[in-house]
Amino acid sequence: MTKQQANWSPYDNNGGTCVAIAGADYCVIAADTRMSTGYSILTRDYSKICKLADKCVMASSGFQADVKALQKVLSARHLIYQHQHNKQMSCPAMGQLLSNTLYYKRFFPYYSFNVLGGLDNEGKGCVYTYDAVGSYERVGYSSQGSGATLITPFLDNQLKSPSPLLLPAKDAVTPLSETEAIDLVKTCFASATERDIYTGDKLEIVVLNADGIRREYMELRKD
Amino acid sequence: MKLLDSTDSGNNSSIERTQYPYVTGTSVIGIKYKDGILMAADMGASYGSTLRYKSVERVKPVGKHSLIGASGEISDFQEILRSLDELILYDNMWDDGNSLGPKEVHNYLTRMMYNRRNKFDPLWNSLVLGGVKNGQKYLGMVSMIGVHFEDNHVATGFGNHLARPILRDEWHENLTFEDGVKLLEKCMRVLLYRDRSAVNKLQIAKITEEGVTVSQPYSLKTFWNFNAFQNPTAGAEGSW
Repeated sequence: MTKQQANWSPYDNNGGTCVAIAGADYCVIAADTRMSTGYSILTRDYSKICKLADKCVMASSGFQADVKALQKVLSARHLIYQHQHNKQMSCPAMGQLLSNTLYYKRFFPYYSFNVLGGLDNEGKGCVYTYDAVGSYERVGYSSQGSGATLITPFLDNQLKSPSPLLLPAKDAVTPLSETEAIDLVKTCFASATERDIYTGDKLEIVVLNADGIRREYMELRKD
Repeated sequence: MKLLDSTDSGNNSSIERTQYPYVTGTSVIGIKYKDGILMAADMGASYGSTLRYKSVERVKPVGKHSLIGASGEISDFQEILRSLDELILYDNMWDDGNSLGPKEVHNYLTRMMYNRRNKFDPLWNSLVLGGVKNGQKYLGMVSMIGVHFEDNHVATGFGNHLARPILRDEWHENLTFEDGVKLLEKCMRVLLYRDRSAVNKLQIAKITEEGVTVSQPYSLKTFWNFNAFQNPTAGAEGSW
């Protein structure tokens, strides 16, 4: 008897792109709002950005049901943390939690490509970038999702981070101002939208700084 | 349904899982309009390529505030209705004046579909959930693997390809009931012409703050004599 083949897949790619850039005292996290399946658009207005803690925001693209489940698990864990420690989780702490949560499902992964952005304990911008099974790294900027291959080289050119191997360790955060960084992000998405069919419709930008959290939107091409 | 463990010594075929759907319904379309939600689905259920059942209600009320429409495996839809029945029953038993709204029901359905997908035994349905509670209109969709979203108009299956473009072009805020029905009928007519599993017997359901109304089944007028389709081989003798 021949082995049965599955005729349905538990995964789907709902597309979309996420970007995060860390500054000296701010962090910019951005994602488009298009949700697709195959060659169809399901909706033009779906947020991929989730606020996990006061100083920690996550943007994720990939399989939307897994992304939503992951957001729910992390939010619930954060609530428990607040009950137990009477304080908000810091961004580095959430970074570790996300990594552990992803690896927990190493053998049936969350098909979710994440960037975590926020402010560290010193108020400096921090960005963590992940793969689907929890391997992560703190960086000065990152991009994930269907448009990442188009955006990352551009960010490398504009923001080149110093090597993490240098001694003494050089700061990874960009010297750009907050407005310059937001402008750069808008440029990235406008370009990615031109060539990536899964990116477009609208751009959602979240900015975290000492004053708190702010949200901004920009229209993108709808084709 | 027996679910033997994968560690059970024996061959894999003793584990029973959903492999294919058997009796399936086709598209469901939902739109928001001025007073609430309108949902349309035909009454057909196919057994492969046979149009086996022609009086299947694929849009049902849920509690006081919601409507559910399903495409895909009909037996799985009946199972979902049973679960929703239990959910609403327990909600009523609290007798606290509060009742589950469409957002809550949509979330329940999403978790149910996602958890079945995690066990590799999905409910083979695409569901449309719409409703009104306290003046707030809500319309959402869940797929068999748990992908979900809400929007001003949704459609499952073929409706996603054929109806959504029409809705994107012609839907607007505060449609009247008559305009909403006309819009849905336009979409259902296109589906009737182009979806082989569609049947010409449909119901349109309406939900507003006041309650649910499911229309009596009726048929759409169709026209099959467009000039462009007369003598289709006129320009290419020998083709079909």
